[in-house]
Amino acid sequence: MKVKVLCRNPDDYVRETTRDIQRVPRNYDPTLHPFEVPREYTRAMNATKLERVFAKPFVAALDGHRDAVNCMAKHPTSLSTLLSGSCDGEVKVWNLPTKKCVRTLQAHEGFVRGMCARFCGTSFFTVGDDKTIKQWKMEAPGYGEEEEPLNMILGKTVYTGIDHHQKEGVFATCGQQVDIWDEQRSSPIRSFTWGASRFLTELLASCASDRSIILYDMREATPLQKVIMNMRSNTLCWNPMEAYIFTCANEDYHLYTYDMRQLSMPIVMHSDHVSAVLDVDYSPTGKEFVSASFDKTIRIFPEKKSHSRSVYHTKRMQHVICVKWSLDNKYIMTGSDEMNIRLWKANASEKLGLLTTREKQAQNYSQKLKQKFQHHPQIRRITRHRHLPREIYSQRKELHVMKEARRRK
Amino acid sequence: MTREGKYVKYVSRMMTSAVGVVFVGREEKKKKKTTSKMADAMGSKPAETHVGKEKRKSATKRYWQNTELNDPVKTEDRNHEKDSENHETSENKTERKKKRKHGPQGKKFISGKKDPFPGPAPVPEEKIRKFQRGQTSIVANDMFSDGSEILKSTLKDAEETSKLATEKAARFDLLLSEDAGFLEADEGEETCTIAQDDIADAVDITSGTKYFNLSLTQFGPYRLDYTRNGRHLLLGGRRGHVSCFDWHSKQLMCEINVMETVNDVKWLHSEAMFAVAQKKWLYIYDNTGIELHCIRRFNDVLRMQFLPYHFLLATASATGFLQYLDVSVGKQVAATCTKAGRLDVMAQNPYNAIIHLGHPTGVVTLWSPNQREPLVKMLCHRGGVRSIAVDKTGTYMVTSGLDRKLKVFDIRAFRPLQSYFLPAGASCLSLSQRGLLSACTGDIVQVYKDVWGTPVKKPYMAHRVRGAVWGAQFCPFEDVLGIGHGEGFTSMIVPGAGEPNFDGLDSNPYRSVKQRQEWEVKALLEKIQPELISLDPDQLCKVDRATWEQRHQERVKQLGYDPLAKEKFTPRHKGKGRSSSGNIEKRKRQVAHEDQRELIRQTVEEKLAKEKEIKEKEKKKAQQGQRSALDRFKK
Repeated sequence: MKVKVLCRNPDDYVRETTRDIQRVPRNYDPTLHPFEVPREYTRAMNATKLERVFAKPFVAALDGHRDAVNCMAKHPTSLSTLLSGSCDGEVKVWNLPTKKCVRTLQAHEGFVRGMCARFCGTSFFTVGDDKTIKQWKMEAPGYGEEEEPLNMILGKTVYTGIDHHQKEGVFATCGQQVDIWDEQRSSPIRSFTWGASRFLTELLASCASDRSIILYDMREATPLQKVIMNMRSNTLCWNPMEAYIFTCANEDYHLYTYDMRQLSMPIVMHSDHVSAVLDVDYSPTGKEFVSASFDKTIRIFPEKKSHSRSVYHTKRMQHVICVKWSLDNKYIMTGSDEMNIRLWKANASEKLGLLTTREKQAQNYSQKLKQKFQHHPQIRRITRHRHLPREIYSQRKELHVMKEARRRK
Repeated sequence: MTREGKYVKYVSRMMTSAVGVVFVGREEKKKKKTTSKMADAMGSKPAETHVGKEKRKSATKRYWQNTELNDPVKTEDRNHEKDSENHETSENKTERKKKRKHGPQGKKFISGKKDPFPGPAPVPEEKIRKFQRGQTSIVANDMFSDGSEILKSTLKDAEETSKLATEKAARFDLLLSEDAGFLEADEGEETCTIAQDDIADAVDITSGTKYFNLSLTQFGPYRLDYTRNGRHLLLGGRRGHVSCFDWHSKQLMCEINVMETVNDVKWLHSEAMFAVAQKKWLYIYDNTGIELHCIRRFNDVLRMQFLPYHFLLATASATGFLQYLDVSVGKQVAATCTKAGRLDVMAQNPYNAIIHLGHPTGVVTLWSPNQREPLVKMLCHRGGVRSIAVDKTGTYMVTSGLDRKLKVFDIRAFRPLQSYFLPAGASCLSLSQRGLLSACTGDIVQVYKDVWGTPVKKPYMAHRVRGAVWGAQFCPFEDVLGIGHGEGFTSMIVPGAGEPNFDGLDSNPYRSVKQRQEWEVKALLEKIQPELISLDPDQLCKVDRATWEQRHQERVKQLGYDPLAKEKFTPRHKGKGRSSSGNIEKRKRQVAHEDQRELIRQTVEEKLAKEKEIKEKEKKKAQQGQRSALDRFKK
């Protein structure tokens, strides 16, 4: 007779001392783990619910401006710095981690219409209602020194926007016409009379108040292409990853993503806002963009989706005039009518700060589960649910009814 | 938190030191073989090996020892130190070291030999199959031939990752430390004639103690239940004696007499609580014997089953009610009147949490809490059903009936596989994790091996207990069969019954209190809702292939009108007296025949289809000829 009976040595399964970690022998045999799918589904459901529970996107409000915030600029090299210009001509430089204003300067009389930082981060440009372009040092002046611009160009007309070249000392302004400036000269090196603005290496696009979007090549004397839309576009933003794609924020409550090579039709029409869209900014990954609207909300759209992924609003936030997506892809900054700059998380339920490896793993796992079961009706309902202010909710319904009626006709 | 962190590290280290562990395993096996050979040659019993303390068996290698092995400098030093102690092994090690130096560390060109086994070692196909789930290749199917490229590529990626995961799991299978038990008879001997005492003598002391009798003559006969990790045992005597204990250490947790008839006992999700079906109501006690709840909605309960992943306690009562109690929130989930009289035969399918009930008419019915009618009705026996057991993969069901037959069914296809005739019939069927079947007839317990494969002639093991058997259950993760009978309780050794390697995160017999608490929280968090109980548990991850028509109907229901319906023809209003009612009618008639034509075409098609169906049915009938008794259940 030959016999062997299962006999386990407890030493192999129990930790040796109380200071040791517990032993967890694994066996991945599927028959020992029944109900794989229902259990995963339950986990996915829990993860989705927790995501909604933890969705608290508001981080901080930066107050200090004495008028509505009209424009903002990201620092190209420092994540902690933000520039903002207000309607009374004041420019403030903010330190985001401390949530404090580090510098205030009276840049213009009247509105600060546009601002941009130089690609190296040593100086920034502002344009204002006083028909001037000013270049400022990024550092604050030393003790006893007066706040003075490095350069000042006095123009003939009001400039409404400015953007800087990403590599060279060239910038463009827009107003009555689009001007290209060399930093060293006081007169534009080129002006286009066909019509705010964004740079690509040699390309530049503008939206004009005659409802058109115009593309320019800096090397040529005449504009490249022109699209005329139904209503005026307020701003446009180039996709930082696919540089032939841009999105424009339109007055007709929608955003349009265009491929530069084919301007006859937009690739996607993004619609969820219930009022004019005032500003748009891409995330540095180019996968998503954020839009600010007159309806007091900001919305985050996936690049190729026609509806927004999430919507941020607070009771106190008024019409959002400008919005920026931070360069580390984690935060969103909004400047609004009631003089505040707000800092939001780009991913509403994300945990801030350093994560341990286990936390990261758990997060990745739940992310994957959510993705796996995303089309199940219960889970989809929870992920899509957003609370909206009553006004916006009813307006959306109304718009939907109007759209349906139009479709039926 | 830090402790948890450590524990993860430990697991990951286990994974990384995989190669080393395999190596050690092999070495051990070699040693074992040599000792057994020696024992054979000497003709000594293997039981002697552990009695005489000749040589202490070296402890199994720990993960840190393996990592040291990988470090060449350290191990060399160690080897020198150990030289005096253990000459042989150190020599072996140095040899191996040399080999390694010549192998991967030294340049390839020194020996000029190539690696005869390049690349990772292949994993056997059957091992991989064990871990495969669902369809293997979807992309190759025609279903997606006209799908988008993005969809195809994502599916391909998903397939590749799942393939990788399967392969890794199969590779990890090699590292499992324990082997299953077995019992082999000598020539001219049958395994079923080997007595329990002989087995207990032949095996090591710890295993030997697993054969024991509890003589409890006063309050019998006994029903029993093991916890899911097989550590704790609950006994319930018919005349009110309830006791629970850790049967490994024989430590008594509580012993009470409820002073009432006890019909059945069942552990709940952990060893902290158990349910007792008493004469009138269902009671829940904690492991110190304190009555926690008396549930009066559950009356006259005869049999209970606990569904561990759903936290549901299913009860079958003498009044014919099948009730489900959610023990995590204490609410009754469903109560179904089965309309089948007294329900004293009950089993659960551990694969899909379906409850099987046996009836005196010979019918077995399958129930889920979501449906008031049985999911399936099977006529299994000509007499009443005495006992049911379902295997853990949910493939086979074994039933025994008053017609003295033991039948095996494939419950995926609801087909009979085997039918055995037992002269005395069988009661108290129980299936072990590795597929052994125990059947009790009177006071004899027989264990069968592989009843669903080739027809079995003789039992694998047999044992006679002192009284009539009242309840039997295999202990999970142990080679033990617990038998409750009129004179107490017998724990019987059945080599090869239990799954040798448990999963520490699922059910761990050696878990500490902290581990149990943590497991409890996790298990409660992923409690499966009772609505998800269905015959196919994987249904949730399958593609919903609702036809276009079904979807369209749903849409019509949702919208309240048919968006695709043709608008009824309404003649345009014409002026100058041309829209008189007669004129309108005329214009309508001009197009009326088009609608009618469509209608006629439809009806004709339907008629033809019906005729065809009837013809086919008749053909089938003619081919079948004789009808069997089971045919009346076919639809």
